[in-house]
Amino acid sequence: MAETATPASQAAAQPSVWRIALRNRSVFWGGLLLVIIALIAVFGAVFTVDPIAINPIARLKPPGDFGLFGTDQLGRDVFSRVVNGARISLTVGAAVAVISIAIGLFLGLVAGYFRYMDAVIMRVMDGLMSIPAILLAIALISLSGATLLTVITAIVIPEIPRVVRLVRSVVLTVREEPYVEAAIAAGTRTWLIMLRHVLPNTIAPLIVQATYVCGSAMLTEAILGFLGAGIPPEIPSWGNIMSEGRTFFQLTPWIIFFPGAALAVTVLAVNIVGDGLRDSLDPRIARTMR
Amino acid sequence: MSPILDIRGLTVSLPKQADRPYAIKDISFSVNAGEIVCVVGESGSGKSVTSFTVMGLHDKRALTPVAGEILLQGDNILNASDAKIRRLRGEKMAMIFQEPMTALNPVAPVGEQIGEMLEIHTSLSGSRRKAKVLQAMRDVHLPDPEKMYHSYPHQLSGGQRQRIVIAMSLVLEPVLLIADEPTTALDVTTQAQILSLIKELQERRGMGVLFITHDFGVVADIADRVVVMQNGEIVEQGPVDQVLGAPGHPYTKMLIGAVPSMTPPDRAEVTGETALSATHLNKQYGHKGMFGRGRVVDAANDVNFIVRRGETLGIVGESGSGKSTVARCVMRLIDPSSGEVMIGDTDIATLREDKLRPHRRDIQIVFQDPYRSLNPRRTVGQSITEGPVNFGVSQAEALERARRLMSIVGLAPEALDRFPHQFSGGQRQRICIARALAMEPMVLIADEAVSALDVSVQAQVLDLLEDVRDEFDLAMLFITHDLRVAAQICDRIMVMRKGVVVENGPTAEVFSNPQHEYTRSLLAAAPGHGVFDKETA
Repeated sequence: MAETATPASQAAAQPSVWRIALRNRSVFWGGLLLVIIALIAVFGAVFTVDPIAINPIARLKPPGDFGLFGTDQLGRDVFSRVVNGARISLTVGAAVAVISIAIGLFLGLVAGYFRYMDAVIMRVMDGLMSIPAILLAIALISLSGATLLTVITAIVIPEIPRVVRLVRSVVLTVREEPYVEAAIAAGTRTWLIMLRHVLPNTIAPLIVQATYVCGSAMLTEAILGFLGAGIPPEIPSWGNIMSEGRTFFQLTPWIIFFPGAALAVTVLAVNIVGDGLRDSLDPRIARTMR
Repeated sequence: MSPILDIRGLTVSLPKQADRPYAIKDISFSVNAGEIVCVVGESGSGKSVTSFTVMGLHDKRALTPVAGEILLQGDNILNASDAKIRRLRGEKMAMIFQEPMTALNPVAPVGEQIGEMLEIHTSLSGSRRKAKVLQAMRDVHLPDPEKMYHSYPHQLSGGQRQRIVIAMSLVLEPVLLIADEPTTALDVTTQAQILSLIKELQERRGMGVLFITHDFGVVADIADRVVVMQNGEIVEQGPVDQVLGAPGHPYTKMLIGAVPSMTPPDRAEVTGETALSATHLNKQYGHKGMFGRGRVVDAANDVNFIVRRGETLGIVGESGSGKSTVARCVMRLIDPSSGEVMIGDTDIATLREDKLRPHRRDIQIVFQDPYRSLNPRRTVGQSITEGPVNFGVSQAEALERARRLMSIVGLAPEALDRFPHQFSGGQRQRICIARALAMEPMVLIADEAVSALDVSVQAQVLDLLEDVRDEFDLAMLFITHDLRVAAQICDRIMVMRKGVVVENGPTAEVFSNPQHEYTRSLLAAAPGHGVFDKETA
C-alpha cells in the first residue's frame, strides 16, 4: 500500500521568497530604479567634479554652461553635490533598515516566545515609540556631535518598536502551531525551535517592513539635514544641500529642486518595491507557506 | 409532480492549472417537495461545488458552469440575472453552512440579523417583522426568544447559533433548503438535535432539502434519497434503504464498509507493565483576581488513569470536556496545576524544562490537523530526523531510521526529500506517525488524530496506529470525540465531561452497559445508530 506524493506537484522545493518577489512587476521596475540609483551613488565620485570645490566666479549659475544642475551660492557644482549626496541617503536608509530589523527581530522573537519577557520588552518599546526621531536626533547631536553614526542611531531607536511589534505578532501565532509543539515534544532546544521553526515565518513580513523603514529613514535624514541637525555641511547630503539653497530659493530654485527630486524619486522607488513585495508575498504566504 | 430542484447534466469546469478539468461532470439529480436528498462524498468529490453552484455562490473566477441546467421550480438559475438570483436566495432557496459562528455577523444582535432577511425581501412593518422573527425563533425551539433576540452570536452555544442560522434561512419560507455539512462543527449530542430539527421543519413545511455531508451516519438518520459522488461524478443514487442496504457501486460499498462499527471487537485484557499514569491530575485556566474575583475554569479535575504497554486507552468527550487538556498536560505542552504524571518511574508533572527534555523522547503525540503539524518549510526527512538528532543519533543513522519508518507507515522512502504540501492529508498523518515513532517512545498520544480525515483514509490510519502499537509495544492514549472510532481501537475508555471523568472501563462494557447518563446520551446520539448497528440495538 506504499503511496508516493502526488505527481502533479513533483516540483522540489517551494520557490524562494526572492523568486516570488521578482515575478512582481513593480518589484522588478522599482528594484531596477534603485539599483541604478545605487550605482550612481557608488561610482558617482568618479565622473563628477569635487562637490565641495568652491568657484567664486561661477556663483548661483543656472543649469547649463556651469554644470548640468547649475551652481550654488559658493559656486559648487549642484550636480556633483546631488550625486554625492545619494551616498548619504542610501547609506542612512539601508543602515537604519538593517539595524532596526536586526535588533527588532531579536527583541520581537524574545518577547513573543517567552511570555515572562513580553511585558518588560513591550513596555520599554512603548516608551521608545513615544520619542520623536527628530527631537532625539537634535539631542544626540548636541551631546555627541553631528556624525553619520549619530544620525543613524537617532533614526533607528524609534523604528525598533515597530519592528518588534510586527515580529511579536507573527511569533505569537506561530508558536501555537502544532509543528512547533511537535518540535518541543521532540526535545528540540528552545533557541533552535526559534531559529528553525519560528524565525522563517517572520522573513517575508520583515522584508516588506524593511522597505518602509528604509524610505522613512531617508526622509527623516533629509529633514534633519534641512534643519541643520543632521550630517555636517562639509559632507553633501540631500537634506543639507536643500537647507543651504533655502536662502536663495526664489532666485535659484534649482539648488533645492534637484536634491528634492532625487530624494522623491528614491523614496518612491523604495515604496514601489515595498508595495510590490507586500502584494506578492502576503497572499503567497497565506496560500502556499501558511 | 415536478421537482423543486432539477439538476440536469450539470458540468462545472476548473481552471487549467487544477488537477482535473471538471469540478463536477455531467451530474443529474432532483429534489422533490417534502424530500431530503443527501449528497455524500469525501473531500474533493464536488459535493460542495454542487451546492454552491445551485445558490450561485461559486467562485466565479475559478468555476464556470459549462453545460447543463439547474431548474428551480422550472426556472433555469444558470441563465438568471444577478438581481434575480439575489431575489431567489432567501425567498425560494436558502442555505445553512458548516460553521455557524462565521455565518453570523459578530457585531449585530441575532434577532436583527434574522429581521434583515425580512427587511430586504418584504415590505413588512417593523413590529410585524419582529413578530415574525420571534415566531421563527420559536419554530427552531430556541428558549426565551424575546430575550435571545437581543443576544450577540458569541453569547450563544454552537447549537443555538446553528438554530439561529436555520431560523434566518427559513424565515422567508423557501421551498428549497440547502444544508452544507450543517452539523460537522457541532458536538454529537447537539448534532442529533439539529438533525431532528431539520427533519421536523422539513416535514412541517414540505420543503425540499439538499443536504451535503461526508458522514454516512448522518445520511442514515436523515435522508430520503442519497446521491453518492466521487471525483466530481455521481456514482450511485437512489432511495436511502437501497443505497445503504444494497449498495451497487464499489465506491459506495467501500464508503459504507469504512464506517466504523459501534460494536467493539472482543479484546483480551492487556497486562503489560504500566507505561503512563496520571494521579489526581488537575488543570485550571485563568486565575483568581487579587480580591478573590476572576474566573477559574477547571479544564481537568482530579483525572486518574494508567496506560499499559500494548494497550490503548480512549478518552472520549465533546468539545470543552477537557480531553485535549489532559493530553497536553501529559505531554507537558502545558503545565498541570497539580497532580502526578508518571512516565515509567519518573514524575514529569513538575520537572523543569531542562530536566524534562531527556524524558520527552518517551512520549510522543500525533495532532489532529495534518496540514499544520508539519513545518511547511522543511522536508519530510528533516521533520522526522529532528527528534532523534536532538538525542544524539547521527544524521545518517536518523535518516536510515526515517527510511525504515516511511515504509512501515506505507510511504515510499524516497518521499523523504519532499515537502509536506506535496502530500495528501492522510499521507501527512502517516508522516506525523513516523515522526513520533522515530523517537522510539513508550507512549503515543493520538489527539483526534483521525478526525480531520475522510472516512476511507481514517480506516487506514486507524489500522496503522493499531499495527504500530503492537509492533513497538506502545502505550497509546487515544483522544477522540467519535464513539465509533473509539469502539474500534480502544481497549479501555474514559468518558469525560466538563473536566471530570464520568465513566471509565473496558470498551465493550462501556458500550454494552453504560453506567452514567451522559455516556448513554452520547451513545444514543451517535449518528446512524439505528442503521449501522442493528445487531446491538
